[in-house]
Amino acid sequence: MKPYSYQRAEDVDGAVAALVEQPNAKFLAGGTNLVDLMKLGVEEPDALVDVRRLTSDHVEDLDDGGLRIGAAVPNSVLAADRKIRTRYPALSQALLAGASGQLRNLATTGGNLLQRTRCVYWQDVTTPCNKREPGSGCSAIEGHNKNHAILGASEHCVATHPSDMAVAMYALDAFVVVHGPDGERRFPIEELHRLPGDEPQRDTTLEHGELITAVDLPPLDLAANSKYRKVRERASYAFALVSVAAALDVEDGVVRDVRIALGGVAHKPWRATKAEEALRGEPANEANFHAAADIELEDAQPLRDNAFKIPLARNIIARTLLDLSEER
Amino acid sequence: MSTTTRTTGGAIGASLDRIDGPQKVTGTAPYAYEHHVDNPLYLFPIRSEIARGRVTGIDASAAEALPGMVTVITHENAPQLADTSDRELAILQSDEVAFRGQYIGAVIAETFEVARHAAGLVEVSYDEEPHEAELRENDSDLYTPEQLNAGFPTDTEEGDVDEAFSSAAVTLDERYTTPMEHNNPMEPHTTIALWETGNLTLYESTQGAHPVQRTVAQVFGLDRNRVRVVAPYVGGGFGSKGLPHANTILAALAARMIEGRPVKFALTRQQMFTGVGYRTPTIQRIQLGADEEGHLTAIDHDVIEQTSKIKEFAEQTAVATRSLYATQSRRTTHRLAALDVPVPSWMRAPGEAPGMYALEAAMDEMAIACNLDPIEFRIRNEPEIDAETGLPYSSRNLVACLREGAKRFGWKDRDPSPRARQEGRWLVGTGVASSTYPVFRLPGSRATIRYEGDGRYAVEIGAADIGTGAWTALIQISADAIGVSIEDINLRIGDTTFPFASVAGGSSGITVWGSAIFEAARVFRERHGENPSEGDEVQARTPDNPETENYAMHAFGAYFVEARVDVDTCEVRVPRMAGVFAVGRIINAKTARSQFIGGMTMGLSMALHEESLVDGRFGHVVNHDFAEYHIPTNADVGTMDISWIDEDDPYVNPMGSKGIGEIGIVGSAAAVANAVHHATGVRVRDLPITPDKLLR
Repeated sequence: MKPYSYQRAEDVDGAVAALVEQPNAKFLAGGTNLVDLMKLGVEEPDALVDVRRLTSDHVEDLDDGGLRIGAAVPNSVLAADRKIRTRYPALSQALLAGASGQLRNLATTGGNLLQRTRCVYWQDVTTPCNKREPGSGCSAIEGHNKNHAILGASEHCVATHPSDMAVAMYALDAFVVVHGPDGERRFPIEELHRLPGDEPQRDTTLEHGELITAVDLPPLDLAANSKYRKVRERASYAFALVSVAAALDVEDGVVRDVRIALGGVAHKPWRATKAEEALRGEPANEANFHAAADIELEDAQPLRDNAFKIPLARNIIARTLLDLSEER
Repeated sequence: MSTTTRTTGGAIGASLDRIDGPQKVTGTAPYAYEHHVDNPLYLFPIRSEIARGRVTGIDASAAEALPGMVTVITHENAPQLADTSDRELAILQSDEVAFRGQYIGAVIAETFEVARHAAGLVEVSYDEEPHEAELRENDSDLYTPEQLNAGFPTDTEEGDVDEAFSSAAVTLDERYTTPMEHNNPMEPHTTIALWETGNLTLYESTQGAHPVQRTVAQVFGLDRNRVRVVAPYVGGGFGSKGLPHANTILAALAARMIEGRPVKFALTRQQMFTGVGYRTPTIQRIQLGADEEGHLTAIDHDVIEQTSKIKEFAEQTAVATRSLYATQSRRTTHRLAALDVPVPSWMRAPGEAPGMYALEAAMDEMAIACNLDPIEFRIRNEPEIDAETGLPYSSRNLVACLREGAKRFGWKDRDPSPRARQEGRWLVGTGVASSTYPVFRLPGSRATIRYEGDGRYAVEIGAADIGTGAWTALIQISADAIGVSIEDINLRIGDTTFPFASVAGGSSGITVWGSAIFEAARVFRERHGENPSEGDEVQARTPDNPETENYAMHAFGAYFVEARVDVDTCEVRVPRMAGVFAVGRIINAKTARSQFIGGMTMGLSMALHEESLVDGRFGHVVNHDFAEYHIPTNADVGTMDISWIDEDDPYVNPMGSKGIGEIGIVGSAAAVANAVHHATGVRVRDLPITPDKLLR
């Protein structure tokens, strides 16, 4: 672990300025991921700028009827929030499916979005990894890759994004609010994370010095009928093999609107827009749910160890939508 | 603490709280890293990043320039060891690299942080040679070891197996595999090493202070009395702390270079996946033959497993198969592949744990093939004597365990058809398996008993409590042996200052240490009577047990498991397990129950979770942390119904106890696997049973 300086900024602008001045500095919030990676030598910042107290740690109402989640809201607080639980249950369920109670107490909303992958080769500085050391090669493509991507991967990187929370936010059409050297910008969460392409070292579209300050959930009626399903090898404290966040509005047996996002399948949470399009206006039944899943998974490219993710994703997309149509 | 009986003679069997519980939960029981030492230094290892070859250069200049650095030790400057015959322990003696992750140096610094940072700055260059780090079934270099771990013969054969198999009415021929697994006790391997005027003190996390003393003395060429090992509290071992590993030698080597200052070395979790032992992966072929009534006529169990090129460890995987069931003919074999890998070693029930998984899964398949209930099939093949020795059993209550367990679990109305029960989205199934473990009797343990006045007796023995409850159980044994109440015992263990104690291994600790205490108490009364004077003392050793010539001694048990498998995702959950054991007399009902729960949980873990993934290109375990190497969480462990048969075995030892540390893992993985098959109709023979293997 490389020595580093630690500073606490006075405000958001000060934190952004501190990073702009120091090209190898990083923001520190809960530290549940970054500090581990520093111990492993995977992350080697010269300076940490503590932003934990700079952004809101509350969930507030927005004028449009949506909710604004401060970047410093701990995962455990967000999961327990009454408005989240009633209006966006998939998000609460996703948070509670992640990590452990202790970690959720410390981990923040902003930090959770910026979790790095769990790829075992990325986490081990003794093995080649394009994400850690561009150009060194990808050890996972021909290595142990049960937990790796089936969608949107590249020849340079097959890592997956580990967050549960982010998957639900993708399904709920969330927006991310970011402060940077050029002021504030707000954009759909889908534009936050990127696919690896030929720059797998870049997880997100954020520029150096940009700080996530909030996540907005727009008003979305069907979100009240939403659900998160996580498949994992043990009953708790395990990353998803595959997960699905879905919201469904069925009227007279017909899908009026639907949102589907997948976790554990790609370099970013995977919004299943093809499946959504296929379902809108169609009868809400098992055959159609399976068919929609198949359309989404048509492009899936399994690796040596992860072909099982295709039937698994298909099964839980259909099962979650069936549950949502029955529970309605 | 609980109130305890003051009447003497009833301490053995009492459900006593751990006497060290309050210290442990208040953090005042010193584990190896926590002993107070003055002015300590900290060690961080430098480990090989190739699997085979030579170190051609080490540039430590950047590391040495750091403030707080003390020294970098490598093969270029390390003290020479006196005995390098054990190549696992002969570290930093040459430029040779025998596996990836092997210690090739260490940084010693004033703080842990500086040591770790500096270790990352040391540049090592290598001359790399081709390596082989993966076990392959068709490896042409498989060889036959001279003998197996614990001295068991490599191969056995009785009767004409081939003839019996070809004429059998029902046959089975299947291949089962178990993966590499790592012991991973909660407390990592830890040493504080201090040299003063030629004497070495080690505060050590170990399953045996005296075995460490003997090995370290030999490796460094010292008189034993110059090495003191202190280990009063140990945070688990599961076999990985049974034999000293290279980490202890590294700490002692480093400390030798800085005479007078203690050097602290605790492994990180990632480092626990190289160099402190592991369970070999196994590839097991089992062939069974039976007649029309379901009597076994042939059993063949052939094992392929791995060892390290630098030191042989031959797991005794098929030994339980040699005696558990009656048959007309039987063959067992073991073949090894020597690889460029760390040395495998003991992991809870080495041999029995992987071997009984395969045998008991095969027995389940064979019961189905014979159209018999799996309990009835086992009872039908109950032997009269121990086939391996030809001796009668001192006690054998496997059938009683199976019957009692069936009653407790509610087995009676079980529909044997697979994939026939569904509750909601869960497929539900039940499984059963047998368990057995030998009564090992390690020689040489000694106990001192001294009268300290006021009715109090000191009992001293260098035994290790690795979290099993030995502190408490040995006080109970001492009280009954001496004939006083437990409050009158001053027990002293975990230090080579006390008389020799054998390793806490092979489930033998309490039985052999307790036997030494009983013998010392007998001699004490013989010499000093019922009214001794203060300072009267005797020392005695575990006596030989002549009954071992007359009886085969084994513990037995049976498991019953309910498994639920999600029909959409194939996630496996186990809401309840039952274990019934026949293990002689129970010393402490409370700590015994914990041992059984722990063993069965580890069996559950073996069935569903544990797997060290070796990447053959690099030669190391890539999932080397608890996020990726799964063990059960509390949420994975359902109801554990633990019980035991009242078993009076007058032959095993004065306590009548058989040892309980390992039996709980033996066969429990098979019971889970059998339940998963009953639930799903899918027979996964390669552990662990994860959703990807069940999804169709």
